[in-house]
Amino acid sequence: MVLLGQFLEVLVGGLLAGVLYSLVALGFVLIFKASGVFNFAQGAMVLLAGLALVRSLDFLVARGFPLWSSIILALCFAGVIMAITAWLIERFVLGPLVNQDGLTLFMSTIGATFILEGASQMIFGSDVYPLRLFPTDAWFLFEGLFPGGILVNKLDVWGGFIAGILVAGLAVFFQRTKTGRALRAVADDHAAAQSVGIPISWIWFVVWLVAGLVALVAATVWGTKLGVQFSITFLALKALPVLIIGGFTSVPGAIVGGLIVGAGEKIAEVFLGPHIGGGIEYWFAYVLALAVLLVRPQGLFGERIIERI
Amino acid sequence: MLYREAGQFKTTYAADMAIFPIRQDRVALALLLAFAFVGVPLLSTYHIWPLGSDYLLRAILLPFLILALAAIGVNILVGYCGQISLGSGAFMAIGAYSAYKFGTGVHLPIAWLGTEISIAPLPVLASILLGGLMAAIVGILFGIPSLRIKGLYLAVATLAAQFFFDWVFLRVKWFTNYAPSGSVNAPDLNFFGVTFHTPIERYLLCLIFVTVFAFMAKNLVRGNLGRQWMAIRDMDIAAELMGIRPLYAKLTAFAVSSFIVGIAGALWAFVYLGSWEPLAFSIDRSLQLLFMVIIGGLGSILGSFLGAGFILILPIMLNLIPTELGVPLSTETITHLEFIIFGSIICYLLIKEPHGFARLWSIGKEKLRLWPFPY
Repeated sequence: MVLLGQFLEVLVGGLLAGVLYSLVALGFVLIFKASGVFNFAQGAMVLLAGLALVRSLDFLVARGFPLWSSIILALCFAGVIMAITAWLIERFVLGPLVNQDGLTLFMSTIGATFILEGASQMIFGSDVYPLRLFPTDAWFLFEGLFPGGILVNKLDVWGGFIAGILVAGLAVFFQRTKTGRALRAVADDHAAAQSVGIPISWIWFVVWLVAGLVALVAATVWGTKLGVQFSITFLALKALPVLIIGGFTSVPGAIVGGLIVGAGEKIAEVFLGPHIGGGIEYWFAYVLALAVLLVRPQGLFGERIIERI
Repeated sequence: MLYREAGQFKTTYAADMAIFPIRQDRVALALLLAFAFVGVPLLSTYHIWPLGSDYLLRAILLPFLILALAAIGVNILVGYCGQISLGSGAFMAIGAYSAYKFGTGVHLPIAWLGTEISIAPLPVLASILLGGLMAAIVGILFGIPSLRIKGLYLAVATLAAQFFFDWVFLRVKWFTNYAPSGSVNAPDLNFFGVTFHTPIERYLLCLIFVTVFAFMAKNLVRGNLGRQWMAIRDMDIAAELMGIRPLYAKLTAFAVSSFIVGIAGALWAFVYLGSWEPLAFSIDRSLQLLFMVIIGGLGSILGSFLGAGFILILPIMLNLIPTELGVPLSTETITHLEFIIFGSIICYLLIKEPHGFARLWSIGKEKLRLWPFPY
């Protein structure tokens, strides 16, 4: 019973942590779906959004604004910053690189990562800034059933809740709105979408903007968890195995991939780690992803890759 | 006019298939090699500008040579065979740590067989080459997924190698001979009774390695194997239909590439760093190598050298400029500015010339052929 309780606790903690990975992975999926760009800069965008949010929030609170209005104002400010970033990236980096191959585009987003990391820290500072938007204490569930109960972090539950709303919102956006439909058309075939009159550069701006806003949401949760700091950019590397497990092109895939990675990683660390030397969280997700790819090269939910000569 | 091969008649097939068929190329290369092998050590011995101090030799030329070698290895895989790899740093680490183990003696007890593998410390040259060989073997293992996975999916899959080996060399103490700090020291660089100590000697050592492997790579990529790689790169299904075995072509590319990268890793550890930690071969190194290959030019040996030089020297220049100009900026701001400028230059180059410096070079040669006339 003790072992089962511990297992459940690790599983629940892992699943909820996995949802947080999904938040970052979602941004990748959106951009890859719509423009075929593998966006390495997503982690840097989370950093930028987080820094813009926390610095403006601190600024407003210090000026004596009430907390609620300053949170809303800070969120708006960070949203505007992400919109400007989206426009700049579309206009100056990806626009001129239309029709280059995937590797060149990927490398250009690494270049953009350098720019974003440098600029965001130069403008907003490079310390660790604590962010307190969500409660971070813990709940104990099922105390009658298991000795000590199951410890669940409230922040992780909030993260799961927000991810759910975000996915629902994105689904409505993609299925019901005109822009969302245009996005899917562009994702299907650039040239065909252009020929029916869909303005492709506007669509790409919208995609980067949506990815930026997803980054902002991820930043609120991760910033509360870790504090807004440079190491938040490494989240991009954490989100990559989530992506390949779920498939580059699938929003539900990002969520399921996140759950698998989060749970697998925590269970492996707790139950396997002590036997082969700790810290296997560091690579476990990648090896898991490699194993999934060997069975399904396009990930669990990715579109089947069909090649013609 | 400067670069015109008119009048250079090839009368045999051997002459036509020579590695550098144009006389100007041969002369230029011979001059460059003569300068590198004789001129640089002479300048350095007599302290003539720009080699007045050891700085240029030790901090720029030495890493340039080794990273150029690594870039050649990566270019074989990414540029010639089209398999994107983000794990080159791991293969450098495998080369370095295997060479270290072979150089200090291997003792691997195998408990369940009741025996142990024991190899006496090997000479440095043998251990560096064996380091490359180990990297090649691991490269083949991690190349197997490439038979099913393609493109960016493969790139992310190769990150598995990167993170796994980062962890292995950090946590498995056997590889570091149980050094408490986790950092290890290279054995003496003793080749056939000659010990390489001074920066000039180390430079010459690396130069020999780089020259030998660059020529080998150049010959490989224009032969049967190289053409198989390029066919796979351009379209693997079509290549398969023409009778090229993807298994053989892809795995040889992984093996040759990892071998060269592993040798470069061993040199980086033994000759350049001297003592090192796993951090020396992190994902940043992999990205740096990939940048070198892409900025230099995919599918070009010359491009590997150009890219390595550019990516290595750019941050050093960016670091020097503010201090030289005397701009009063805090070190933090300078670091961030470096990031921004480095990123901007990368993006600019990718936009202006997605095919890298190698393409600029061949455009330049075309222009020289007609110079001074426009066409």
